[in-house]
Amino acid sequence: MKRFIYELTESWKIAAAQMRANKTRSMLTALGVIIGIVAVTLMGTAITGIQIGFDQSMAVLGDDVLYVDQQPWIRRDDWWNFRSRKKIQTEYAETLNRMIGANEKSNLLLAVPAASWFRTVKNGENVVNNVYILGTTSDFTAISTVDCAKGRFFNELESRGGTDVVVIGYDIADALFPSDDPINKSVLINGHPFKVIGVNTRQGTFLGLFSWDSMVAIPLTSFKRYFTAKSESEIRVKVKDKTKLAEAKDELIGYMRRVRALPPEKANDFAINEQQAFKSTLDPVKNSIAVAGLFITGLSLFVGAIGIMNITFVSVKERTKEIGTRKALGARRRTILLQFLIESTALCLVGGLIGLLIAYVVCMGTRAAFPSFPIQFSVGLVVTSMIVSVMTGLVSGFAPAWSASRLDPVTALRYE
Amino acid sequence: MLNTDTMRPRGPIVIDIENITKHYVMGEETVHALRGVTLQIHRNEYLAIMGPSGSGKSTLMNMLGCLDTPSSGRYEFNGKDVSSMDDDELAAIRNREIGFVFQTFNLLPRSTSLRNVELPLIYAGVDPETREERAAQTLRDVGLGERLHHKPNELSGGQRQRVAIARALVNNPSIILADEPTGNLDSKTGEEIMALLENLYQAGHTIILVTHEADIARHARRTVHLRDGLIESDATSAATELQTLAFT
Repeated sequence: MKRFIYELTESWKIAAAQMRANKTRSMLTALGVIIGIVAVTLMGTAITGIQIGFDQSMAVLGDDVLYVDQQPWIRRDDWWNFRSRKKIQTEYAETLNRMIGANEKSNLLLAVPAASWFRTVKNGENVVNNVYILGTTSDFTAISTVDCAKGRFFNELESRGGTDVVVIGYDIADALFPSDDPINKSVLINGHPFKVIGVNTRQGTFLGLFSWDSMVAIPLTSFKRYFTAKSESEIRVKVKDKTKLAEAKDELIGYMRRVRALPPEKANDFAINEQQAFKSTLDPVKNSIAVAGLFITGLSLFVGAIGIMNITFVSVKERTKEIGTRKALGARRRTILLQFLIESTALCLVGGLIGLLIAYVVCMGTRAAFPSFPIQFSVGLVVTSMIVSVMTGLVSGFAPAWSASRLDPVTALRYE
Repeated sequence: MLNTDTMRPRGPIVIDIENITKHYVMGEETVHALRGVTLQIHRNEYLAIMGPSGSGKSTLMNMLGCLDTPSSGRYEFNGKDVSSMDDDELAAIRNREIGFVFQTFNLLPRSTSLRNVELPLIYAGVDPETREERAAQTLRDVGLGERLHHKPNELSGGQRQRVAIARALVNNPSIILADEPTGNLDSKTGEEIMALLENLYQAGHTIILVTHEADIARHARRTVHLRDGLIESDATSAATELQTLAFT
């Protein structure tokens, strides 16, 4: 064991000396690994970024909330079949809450109405078009996953009375009030003045998926007063225990059928949506992007590995006589194998470290230039790419190191 | 010059070779490098192996140095049968029992004298402090106390060979196997190296010299001549005989 440690230390010293002695060659060879590691690492950050982006967007939906809509989010049938369905009325929420209250063992907690419409929001010269206007009640705070960064959400009194107050998303606040505090200022939504009482915490956007950052929320009563007919409504229902989502869903379907007064022979004319359904549709897409991306970038690392293998073969050839001498002095096969494995691994490690550094700089640059682009440089990634580098070194160095360890000492000593 | 039969050994047998052969297959042809060599070498002998090229001299040296195993025959090193050992076992024998001195020195070019001499100790698993201490001491013993941190290209030929001899000595081996140790040196430096070897012999080391130069072989007390893979003659010089007699 002790001898193994001495041999290991010795091998690292030799590897360092070799690199110093052949600087240009080592750098050129390491370049292959550098490019490979940069590619793989950047791909890795992009994949984690996409993952986080998805998760952030999904988090808005909440994993313990069921959505009662006219149509399912993921349509498998003809759109027209759903289009002709009756609309979901915001009033259902009250009925549903009564039903939930009547059932002691209900798996549901609370139903909250949500009406939405896209309108223009203005503050003087600053205008944001097509803003998602959400009309809801003060109950919304119970099901929402987003808090206010400044100010507060509207209370029950404002909610019922239809006070013209608004809670705005981070990006909206940024666009309308670039320099001052929006709280207690007035904004025009579709020409009607609303007082800003809260700004939501920044949530980040990704691929244009739902984000709180570009929404505003107003009391449902006010919403109905100004935006009518065509608005879309849904009921959001929070469940008590998210592990019993299926039971909760069945219960909700029962209630909705009663609300809609559907006879037993008729099919549901509404849809119960949930985050999971959305996720399960997006996950395969996301995963195939990850696999394809890593495979393609992995190829560049593979090319780098071939370079390492090649240079290690050259090194073995050049140093045949040295190998013979070492063997004559008592180096065993394992010692020689280890020496060349460590040389190739050291090259890959240096390449990996430089690659990682470059990837880090690129990541930071990207983040500075495009703050909304989800990019994640994690400790896990550093560890993974170091492991990948070491593995690359070991794998690519193995064949040449093996051939070196098998050299016949007599032949090796005679080699000129 | 006296006959082998009259030689009286001074120490226990280190190398005991009985009827070893070695043949190589080179394409269609089989080359018989050794055709049946029997040889015994005792502790603290100074032996020269001579012979023209193609006589099997190098093959015998590789055999003695445990770099190669015989095709047939028996080879015992300090009582251990080495003819059937595998690569790693042979490596261990070479490491502990044999000190090699090469014609071309075979030093690691980018390592200092000290590091070169430390090498066999690394393979023997000696800890770093003892290693450095022993390597430095051995270098001083061969007169290179001032050159510990020089690299081979900063040393003269003679100094390089001294480093190589220190490297051969450092693990305190049973034999020193010197293959044409003066082959790359001018005659004056060569004589210095031979004087060093003589000192080592006087200090109790066993030295096997492989050479084709009679001048060099003359330093040895016993000379084995090879021809066509067989021992042609094995003679002990009078000087040795006298010395041996004086001891008994």
